[in-house]
Amino acid sequence: MTIAVVFFVILILSLAGYWMGRNRAVALEQEAAAGRLHSLPRYYGYFVALWCGLPALVLLLVWLLLEPVVVDRLLLAGLPDRMTASATPSELDLLLQTIKNAAAGFVFGTPKPEITTAAAYYQTLRFAARAALVVCVVSLAIAGLVLARRQVAPAFRARNRVERIIGVLLVLCSIVAILTTLGIVVSLLIESVRFFERVPPHEFLFGLNWEPQIPIRADQVAGLGAFGAVPVFWGTIMVTVVAMAVALPIGLFAAIYMSEYADSRTRTVVKPLLEILAGIPTIVYGFFAVLVVSPLLRGLGAAVGIDVSPTAAIVPGAVMGIMLIPFISSFSDDALTAVPRALRDGSAALGATQAETIRLVLLPAALPGIMGGVLLAVSRAIGETMIVVMAAGLTATLSLNPLDGVTTTTVQIVTLLIGDSEFDSPKTLAAFGLGFVLFLSTLALNVAALQTVKRYREKYD
Amino acid sequence: MTDIPRGARPTAAGWSNTDDAAERVRRRHAADRRLRRLGAGAIAVAIGLLVILLSSIVISSWTAWTTTQIRLDVTIDPGRIDADDPFRGRYQDLVREAVYGLFPEVESAADQRPLRDLISNGAQFEVRERVVENPGLVGKTVSIWVPASDSIDQLRKGVIDRELPPGRRRVSDRQIAYYDALVEQGRVRSVPNTTLFTAADSRFPELAGLEGALKGSFYLLLITALLSVPMGVAAAVYLEEFAPKNRWTDLIEVNINNLAAVPSIVFGLLGLAVFLGFFGLPRSAPLVGGMVLSLMTLPTIIIATRSALKAVPPSIREAALGVGASHLQMVGHHVLPLAMPGILTGAIIGMAQALGETAPLLLIGMNAFITAAPEGVTSPSTALPTQIFIWFDSPERGFVARTSAAIVVLLGFLILMNALAVFLRRRFERKW
Repeated sequence: MTIAVVFFVILILSLAGYWMGRNRAVALEQEAAAGRLHSLPRYYGYFVALWCGLPALVLLLVWLLLEPVVVDRLLLAGLPDRMTASATPSELDLLLQTIKNAAAGFVFGTPKPEITTAAAYYQTLRFAARAALVVCVVSLAIAGLVLARRQVAPAFRARNRVERIIGVLLVLCSIVAILTTLGIVVSLLIESVRFFERVPPHEFLFGLNWEPQIPIRADQVAGLGAFGAVPVFWGTIMVTVVAMAVALPIGLFAAIYMSEYADSRTRTVVKPLLEILAGIPTIVYGFFAVLVVSPLLRGLGAAVGIDVSPTAAIVPGAVMGIMLIPFISSFSDDALTAVPRALRDGSAALGATQAETIRLVLLPAALPGIMGGVLLAVSRAIGETMIVVMAAGLTATLSLNPLDGVTTTTVQIVTLLIGDSEFDSPKTLAAFGLGFVLFLSTLALNVAALQTVKRYREKYD
Repeated sequence: MTDIPRGARPTAAGWSNTDDAAERVRRRHAADRRLRRLGAGAIAVAIGLLVILLSSIVISSWTAWTTTQIRLDVTIDPGRIDADDPFRGRYQDLVREAVYGLFPEVESAADQRPLRDLISNGAQFEVRERVVENPGLVGKTVSIWVPASDSIDQLRKGVIDRELPPGRRRVSDRQIAYYDALVEQGRVRSVPNTTLFTAADSRFPELAGLEGALKGSFYLLLITALLSVPMGVAAAVYLEEFAPKNRWTDLIEVNINNLAAVPSIVFGLLGLAVFLGFFGLPRSAPLVGGMVLSLMTLPTIIIATRSALKAVPPSIREAALGVGASHLQMVGHHVLPLAMPGILTGAIIGMAQALGETAPLLLIGMNAFITAAPEGVTSPSTALPTQIFIWFDSPERGFVARTSAAIVVLLGFLILMNALAVFLRRRFERKW
C-alpha cells in the first residue's frame, strides 16, 4: 500500500517537474536578454522530470529488494544472545519465521515472552524501515527536481542531455539479457557447488543409483538417498529419442510436401494449422498424454499381450513428438525454400524427377539448416517439463525398453523442489545440480544449432 | 550428317525407348508419386493429431459445464441462528435436518449418513449467504437450491455407471434410491456451472472454480507486460538503431538468441534461487511469477521488435535525418510508430506464451492450494495453467472434466490473443 502511494507521489512529482522545467525555459526565453533556447522547451521539461523520477525509482527498487535482508539482520542482532548464539542457520530461519508469524498475528497457544518482545521489535523495525523509505525516496525526488530545475538556462543543451539519459537507459535494457544469463549461471553454479560439497561430482555424473528420497547407507550425506544421475539422464535420452522418432519423419515429409509439391493456397492454409501445434501450452499436451495416449497405448499393448507401464517412455515421448512437428517442419521448410532456384533447375534439366531432385540435390544442400532445426528440437525435448511431469514416472531405472517406466531430469527437478523452500538439504540442492547439467546441455545444443544455421545461411546469401 | 531413317529401331546401344527404359521411367515416376503421397500423409497425420487433441479435450470437458442442484426446504431455526448476527450460526445442522426431513422414514444415524452425503459440503454457505442477505428469514422455512455432492453430480451425468456392481462405484444402492426419489419429486435440476468462474479453488469438485486462477493469471500477465514490453522494445531499439557493430553487441545478440532457447524450467530455478532465495520475495506471488515470465518472454519480444524495426525502410530514416531530426527523434517520431503493429503483434504472442507457461510457476510455488482469489500482486495465488495442474493431480472424479474445462478456458484466451495478433498484422501491415 505505502509502496503504491510512494510510486504515485514520484509520478506526480515527475509530472510537476516536467511542467516546471518547461515553463521556466519558456519564461527565460521571453526575458529578451537571455537569448534563444538551445532546445525545444519540452526537452527542459523532460530533463527535470527524468532527474526527479529516475533516481527516486531506482532507490525505491533497491530499498525494496534489500529491506527484508537488512531487517532480518537487525532483528537477529537485537535478539538476546542465548537465543541466537548456538543456533544453526536453519534454526535461525525457523526462529525468524516464528517471530514474523507472531507479529502477523498467527499465534498458536501462548508464545514465549521473548518471542512476543521480538515480534514487537520486528514491528517497530518494519515501521521504521517503511517510514525511512518514504522520507528518503520522496526527498530524493524533490532534491532531483530542485537541482535539475536550477540547471535550466537558455544555453543549457537539454535535448542532448535527455538523449544521453535515454541512450543509457536503452543500453541498460539490453544488458538485462546478459544479466539474466549471468544470473542463471551464477545461481545454478553456487547451488551446484554446495551440492557437490556433499555429493562428489563423479558419483553424481556416473552413479547408477538415483534415490534422492530414501536413505540407503548410514554413512552417506546426512543419511539421505543416492544421487547417481545416470538413470535420470538415460530416461531423458529415451524420451527424447522417442519424440524425435515421431517428429522427424512427420515434420520432414510435411516440409518436403509444403515446399516442393503444395500450391500456394494449400501452404497458406496448412502452415498456420501446423503452427497451432507449437502454440498449444505444454500442460495441455501433458493432459492429453494421460487422458488419451496412455490408455490407448496400454489398451493396444494389452490386445497383443505386451505389458506397457503406465509411465512408459513412449507416452510422453510420442506426445512430445507431436509438439515438435511444427519445429522440424518449419525449419526444414525454410531450409528447403532457401536452396537457390538454379540448383532445382539444373537438376530438372538433367532429367531428374522431382523426387530425385529432392533426394539428391535439395536435401543435401539443405541439410545444415535441417540439422539446426533438429538440434533445436532436441534441446526443446530435453528441457520440456510439463508433459513428462504429468505422463512420466518418478522411479529411475536403466532400461532400453521404451515401454518401461522412465523419469527425466526435468521431472526430478520439479519433484525435488515442489513445496520445498529449504535450501540446505542435498535433496533440493540436487535439483540445482540437475538444472545445471540441463542448462549446459541445452546451451551446447543451442550454440551448435545456431552456428550450423548461420554458416548455412552465409553459404547461399 | 548421319542418315538414320525415320522410325528405325534404335540399335542395342540406344537406351531411351526400350521396354526396359519405359519400365525405369515408370518406376521413377512411381517413386515421385510415393514421396508426394508420403508428404501429404504426414501433413494429414499432423492435422489429424491436432484435431484429436482438441476434440478429446473439448469432449472430456463436456460434463463440467453444468452442475446438479437439489432443492431443500430449510427451516431457519431461531434457536440456532441469531437474527442480529446471522453470519455465525450452525448452518450445517440446518442443512442436515432439511435433508433428513426429505426422508422422514430414515431414522437411524447409520442410515442418515449416506443421505446427507447427497448434498455438497458447500450447501451450508449457500443457506448462510441467503440469510445474511435477508435476516428476516430467521424463523421461516425457505425453499433453496443447493449444490449436490460430486458423486450425485457424476451419477446424474452418467459418469458413474449405476449398472456397475455396488462395490465398484462411489454411490451406494441406497443413495441411488434416494436420488431417484428426489428426481421424482422434482427436487433435482441441472444448471449451467457458474461456480466454475465465480469460486476459487476447493477440495470439493462441485465447489471449485477458476476465479483465483483467472485473477492470478491476470496479475501475472500485467506484471509480465509492464516489465518485458518496455524493456524488450528498448533493448531492440538499442541493438537495431544505435549499437555499434562490435564484440560487445555481438555478445548481447548471441546471448538473446540463446536465452530464447533456454528451457523454461531453468528460469524457474533462477526465480527460486534469486528472487525467492536471495531477495526473499514472497512465495506463490504473481509479482515473482511475473518477473520470471518477463525474463522468459524478453527474448521473444526483442526478436520480434528487431524484425519489425528492420522492416521499416532506410529511406524513412534518411528523410528524417535529412530534415534535421536527431537520431533519437528519428527513431521516436518515425521508425517506432511505423514498426508499432509488428511490435504489438510480437508482444501479444509473447504474452500468449507466458499465459500458457507452467513449469517455472511450479518452482516458485504457484501451485499451492489457495481457496481465496488474490487481492494484489503480492498475495499468494495460482494461475490458469498451475490450477489445471492442481486439478489434474486431484483424485476426485469430478476434477477430470473440470481440468478439461479449465484447459478449454485457457485455450479460449490463447485463441483470443492470437486472433488479436493476426488481426493487428492484417489490419496494419504495410508493404513498402
